[in-house]
Amino acid sequence: MKRKSKERIISYILLLTASMAVFITIAILYALAAGAFRFFADERVSIIEFLTGKHWVPSGGTPSFGVLPLLAGTTLAAGGALLFGAPVGIGAALYLAEFAGKRVRAIAKPILEILAGIPSIVYGFFALLVISPIIREIFGASYFNAMSAIIVMSIMILPIIVSVSDDAMRSIPKEIREASYAMGATKWETAVRVVLPSASSGILAATLLGLARAIGETMVVTLAAGSVAQFTFNPLNEIQTMTSYIAQVATGDIPPGIAVDAAFAVGLLLFIITLTINFIASHIVAKIKNGGWRRRRIR
Amino acid sequence: MEKEEDKMNEFKSIKASHFKSKIGVAITASCFLIAVLFLIWLLFSVFSQGINRINLEFLTNFPSYKPDKAGIFPAIVGSVYLMLLTLAFAIPIGVGAAIYLAEFAGNNIYTNFLRHLIQNLAGVPSIVFGLVGVAIFVRFFNLGRSLLAGSLTLAIMSLPTIIVVAEESLRVIPRQFREGSLAIGATKWETVRYHVLPYAMPDIITGIILALSRAIGETAPILFIGSIFAKTPPSSLLDGFLALPLTIFYWTRHPNPQFHELASATIIVLLMILLSMNGVAIAIRHRAQTRREW
Amino acid sequence: MIGKILRLERKEEKQKEEMKCYESDKIIVRNLNVYYGDNHTLIDINMDIPERKITALIGPSGCGKSTLLRCFNRMNDEIEGCRMEGQIIWRGENILDENIDVVELRRKIGMVFQRPNPFPKSIYENVAYGPKIHGIRDKKELDKIVERSLKAAALWEEVKDRLYESAMSLSGGQQQRLCIARALAIEPEVILMDEPASALDPIATAKIEDLIIELKKKYMVIIVTHNMQEAARISDYTGFMYLGRLIEFGETRQVFENPREELTEKYITGRFG
Repeated sequence: MKRKSKERIISYILLLTASMAVFITIAILYALAAGAFRFFADERVSIIEFLTGKHWVPSGGTPSFGVLPLLAGTTLAAGGALLFGAPVGIGAALYLAEFAGKRVRAIAKPILEILAGIPSIVYGFFALLVISPIIREIFGASYFNAMSAIIVMSIMILPIIVSVSDDAMRSIPKEIREASYAMGATKWETAVRVVLPSASSGILAATLLGLARAIGETMVVTLAAGSVAQFTFNPLNEIQTMTSYIAQVATGDIPPGIAVDAAFAVGLLLFIITLTINFIASHIVAKIKNGGWRRRRIR
Repeated sequence: MEKEEDKMNEFKSIKASHFKSKIGVAITASCFLIAVLFLIWLLFSVFSQGINRINLEFLTNFPSYKPDKAGIFPAIVGSVYLMLLTLAFAIPIGVGAAIYLAEFAGNNIYTNFLRHLIQNLAGVPSIVFGLVGVAIFVRFFNLGRSLLAGSLTLAIMSLPTIIVVAEESLRVIPRQFREGSLAIGATKWETVRYHVLPYAMPDIITGIILALSRAIGETAPILFIGSIFAKTPPSSLLDGFLALPLTIFYWTRHPNPQFHELASATIIVLLMILLSMNGVAIAIRHRAQTRREW
Repeated sequence: MIGKILRLERKEEKQKEEMKCYESDKIIVRNLNVYYGDNHTLIDINMDIPERKITALIGPSGCGKSTLLRCFNRMNDEIEGCRMEGQIIWRGENILDENIDVVELRRKIGMVFQRPNPFPKSIYENVAYGPKIHGIRDKKELDKIVERSLKAAALWEEVKDRLYESAMSLSGGQQQRLCIARALAIEPEVILMDEPASALDPIATAKIEDLIIELKKKYMVIIVTHNMQEAARISDYTGFMYLGRLIEFGETRQVFENPREELTEKYITGRFG
């Protein structure tokens, strides 16, 4: 019977390790909520002003904590990245799934893996010191500008958009394509009129995952987009995103006190936004992996 | 007469279709090309700016305000220590959780909930983990801005990825491996330990290396915890530390452009480390696949 | 005006010349050999397939009938490692020639597959897909074509009130008839059918068989089937294949009642396959 009780103990230990996921989630929620609570408890701060205010001035004599400039910054940076990255990514995925030969597909996989594996700090370096000067030269933008971050981030999110879209397109069965070819449609017509619409929900999921990635990105925007929180949608301006404000607090540029607590409130908001997007996207991805759309009733 | 015109029109439309097809393929191919060219441009700029700065002194010196004397030795050591500690925390918990989910768990509400939770944790932005690390490890557990706090933070960040990869590696082992062992009266744990885990090991190790290479390149989680003032490598778990990504971060922002070159040199070092780690992972995966008996 | 007349005259001359070589629209197969990699799948096939008739290809599993069928519309091109040698002559041209525009060929030779494979679109969009690709944009014109094709496929009455519902909501037999309607919508001249009723229940099968008999009034139909009784019921000509060779080919009546080859007789009387 000793073996049996040893077995029991082991399975409880393993259950405990698996439940670490719960502990981590609780830790995240506690950390963010406690900090946010401390922030909102301060008499100088109101939730309404936080959610609707257009001025983010965390330090100084009369601090103001309206999060809209940070939200605008995140929207501009991530939205811009998606605007460029999604079409290019979907186009590349279409090419790889429908037109490219074996050899091209073979080198495409490692290339995308390399792009995905490059640390974001390297992308940040590239954005500030290589792309930004070019943007300044052509458009006369300020030293820190959103555009350089947008360009670099759109490439950063390519791997995930391409790989999920590619999966979605490949899951369309061969017979559907054959039906189209047999009617005298070209490869392009088949890809655009049959494969693309059929894979649309997967492509949507890919786009959402790319968006979530861009929203959560810190280093590129911190290094290249600046640290001035202004409510603007002009990419040539300097901006501050939710992530780069938290990074600013981390590097000690912000005096301790309420401004630091504000970082937790912003972090909580960021967490909720990315969680929602990821949740929706993974739901759609799960449906594809189970061949969801393929279910037909053959009576 | 009508039929002939129809034939002409159809001929034209087929030609137009072929033409459109060629253009379409060209456009989508160039989308792919954009990614490739960008990658080449990025790697080229980094290498060309930094390659001159790489020499033995660079790798063994300490940081300094003089660019010609600055080195990344403490950063390298810091990164290595971070990595080892993160491994020490993340592997037992991650693999344990994966074994539980793949082998022991029933199909109940709690386990499905756990799985969803783990998946969602994988998508949490790294800067949020930085906040959590500060609040929980630095403050709550009073570890201060130490190596221990930093590695614990990286560990909880890497856990979801490790669990997902490890669980997948266990799942692909065919049922027969387990059935043979259970049939002669071995317990579940004994079966896993001796008959499943060894075969899943290569894939698990590959996954761990990949999760780790992500962790070593991350700046945001340790931004709060690492310290620019740690001029010497940490000598105890509670010491402050530097790491490669942090060095890159601070030097990139430095007003003196010479430090930009140092930053790109550091990037080269970091990329080389990542390349070798991934190379090892691919080699392990390759060797395992050629020896695979199923 | 004069240009038009001149073009017409040139066309007529060309047509007369073509007519001289081949008197009818038969499909003539000469020395066809097909290889999948090193596998010699079809060996020295020779046959003349008449137009406005139903020709059935029968034989045990793996004898190569589907492969042969897929030669006629060059669908084998989509399979890697497949090599086709020999000639398939139709209307004065060798279908297997490299210079043939496969896309154009497939608009004239349509195909219905073994498993119904409608697009995940509405019933209307499925049938309208072909004509739309051919450049027909006028909604009224498309409506006419859709109605005509669905009627020809004996499906109109059942779906006319729900044309915009998803094709996936139809039963298996209905989906297959939809696929037939889809193939008919582009007005091909030849229809290839690869075991069209094998995935269906007996009632649906009967409907499809009736449909096929109707089709021969306008089209050349080549059908692959593993169901001998079906071949005997509906076809005018039958080809029996075994291990990649065409053992016997002739009028259905003759092949079934008075087979020339011993192998054919064995298969038909059920002694193997």
